[in-house]
Amino acid sequence: MHIELAVVLAALLFSIGVYGVLARRNAVLVLMSIELMLNAVNINLVAFDVWLRDTLHSGQTFALFVVALAAAEVGVGLAIVVQVYRLRATVAVDDLDELTEPANE
Amino acid sequence: MSEIGWLVLALPLGAALAGFLLPQRARRLAAILSVGALAVSTVLSMGLAVRVVGEQERGLDSAVTIAKFGELQVRAGIHLDGLSVVVAVAVCVVALLVQVYSVAYLRDDDSYPRYAAEVSLFTSAMLIVVLAADLIMLVVGWEIMGVCSYLLIGHYRDVPEARPAAVKAFVVTRVGDIGFLLGVLVIGIGAGSFDIMMVTANVGGLPAETVVIACLLLLAGVAGKSAQFPLHTWLPDAMVGPTPISALIHAATMVAAGIYVVARLFPLFGVDALPLTVLGVIAAITMLLGALAALAQDDIKRVLAWSTVSQIAYMSGGLAVGVPAAAVFHLLTHAAFKALLFLAAGCVLYATGRALMSQMGGLRDAMPLTFVAMTCGLAALIGLPPLSGFLSKEAVLGAAYETARGSGEGTAWVGWLVLVAGLLTVGLTAAYATRLWLRTFFGTAREKTALKPVPRLMLGSLVVLAVPTLALGPIGLRSQWLPNWLGAPDVALRPEAVTTVLSMVLSAAAIAAVAAVWRRAPDRDPVPSRAILARAFYLDEIQDFLVVRPYRWLATEVRDYDLYVVDGAVEGYGNAAGTASNLLSRLQTGNVQTYATVVLGTAAVLAIVAVLL
Repeated sequence: MHIELAVVLAALLFSIGVYGVLARRNAVLVLMSIELMLNAVNINLVAFDVWLRDTLHSGQTFALFVVALAAAEVGVGLAIVVQVYRLRATVAVDDLDELTEPANE
Repeated sequence: MSEIGWLVLALPLGAALAGFLLPQRARRLAAILSVGALAVSTVLSMGLAVRVVGEQERGLDSAVTIAKFGELQVRAGIHLDGLSVVVAVAVCVVALLVQVYSVAYLRDDDSYPRYAAEVSLFTSAMLIVVLAADLIMLVVGWEIMGVCSYLLIGHYRDVPEARPAAVKAFVVTRVGDIGFLLGVLVIGIGAGSFDIMMVTANVGGLPAETVVIACLLLLAGVAGKSAQFPLHTWLPDAMVGPTPISALIHAATMVAAGIYVVARLFPLFGVDALPLTVLGVIAAITMLLGALAALAQDDIKRVLAWSTVSQIAYMSGGLAVGVPAAAVFHLLTHAAFKALLFLAAGCVLYATGRALMSQMGGLRDAMPLTFVAMTCGLAALIGLPPLSGFLSKEAVLGAAYETARGSGEGTAWVGWLVLVAGLLTVGLTAAYATRLWLRTFFGTAREKTALKPVPRLMLGSLVVLAVPTLALGPIGLRSQWLPNWLGAPDVALRPEAVTTVLSMVLSAAAIAAVAAVWRRAPDRDPVPSRAILARAFYLDEIQDFLVVRPYRWLATEVRDYDLYVVDGAVEGYGNAAGTASNLLSRLQTGNVQTYATVVLGTAAVLAIVAVLL
């Protein structure tokens, strides 16, 4: 098989994720973008596992781990988003700038 | 015996410390305390003198070690021998009379208790210098005297000239004192001991260079305290203090200290000719300078002040030609007649309320006792036989003559220098003394109002001081007391025929000349006033130009350096850090996405760098 297809797909997916994390205002969309990045990595893991014909299938094993991790992360992340929404009535990331350094003078 | 010595010292010190605690209104108590303590001290010191001179107990030492610096010991000790005891008696007597006189003189002064305590402290400091057996202890007394002179010269706090004069006295003597302290340290480290007797006894074991350097450094301190050229400028300005203080400073303490220290440490000065040569040159310059300046002053106290400068130079001259006994003899007689002169001048000031001779005249009938006292003092100052001043001055001139002929100690040309300067000064002294006498007591009376009556206490002090002024020389020499006390029984303190005749002729001529000029116009100044003399050859201005202004300039520069460079660097660092942190704090937007962008960008840059390198 052609590894290039998988790698390009993964790169595109990852870039979309990065764009989402850096540019989207909605916290839920930011979380989803993170998922995209994780899954881009998963595609790479599985693709290289196949391409290298790894007898132990460590790439697939890692991909499973990452899926589990992503599920846990989304659980925590969404819980935070829900709490933020309850407190602030907004989930816009750029409005949550409590930690700004007030400019001196 | 030595306990008595300690007591002589401790009584005025105790009186001073107690006196400082007295409230302002307790003037009677302050007077009793200070006069009483000094009176006891005087009696005790006289007793000591009799015992010490009675030969049984000569060179008595008593000491307590205060501190050890390795092998060097600093001790508090007193040394009693003829020299120290005789000078101590003179100090006590003059100080006692000054204290008694001050009770009346400062009758209307509110700060009398403070004043009396300061005089006691001054006296005890001088006694410390005189009796000290240890060089460090001597330095302590020396420094306390400096502080006291500052306090006392600046006594009249509402007189605008008092403060600068006091500061000047303090700073100018301080310049010399630094040399003095260094000299003491050089001796102490060189000899391994600060004990005066040990140092002077073992002077042969010291390297000559060490001794010469130490002596030259000591001479700086001596010139400062004893008002010798070029550090003499403080003494005439010190006249703004109360008159009894002038008497104290000029007669028994302060200016005498320098001469005394050289006499005490004289074996050190004999090691090499250089220190005594320097001293001789200083003495010759100071003698003439002081006498010439005295000739042109209008303020009666300033005449006496310049006369002190010139008379102290006689003592330096006596030391320079290698006869300390003659110098100490002149110190003693000068203490008596100069105290008498100042106290008499104080009476004139008290009665007329004026200090300028051009505003006086004809006081002879109004103040007969003061007139007689002043006449005695001036005659002794001129050196009319057989007064004390005559014998002591002739002792100095005789010693200089011996040296000049090469038969005495010291360098011949120094002897000539001191001799010629001394003889010229004799003439000048006669001139200014006659001028003062005629201008103050003769001529037409200028007082429209009645004179303020002078209290008996003040007049009494004059009478007491007139006794040694008249008799100290003849009686002291007749039975060889003084030479014996000074430990120089074989030194001729008697007049030398040649110098006596010369100085008699010179002073007679000077007196006659001044009197003749004065007779023609009794109300005019017999000596035409010359600004250069009245300002003492503009040495104050020269000093101002050479020392004070460069120093001020340097001080300003140093302050600016501190203000703009040192402080500037510190504040600059602070400001730079503040500005930088302000700039960096702009990055803290609180927006997580900005942070993430920065992290990503940085990672990308690092990755590119890692790949490219």
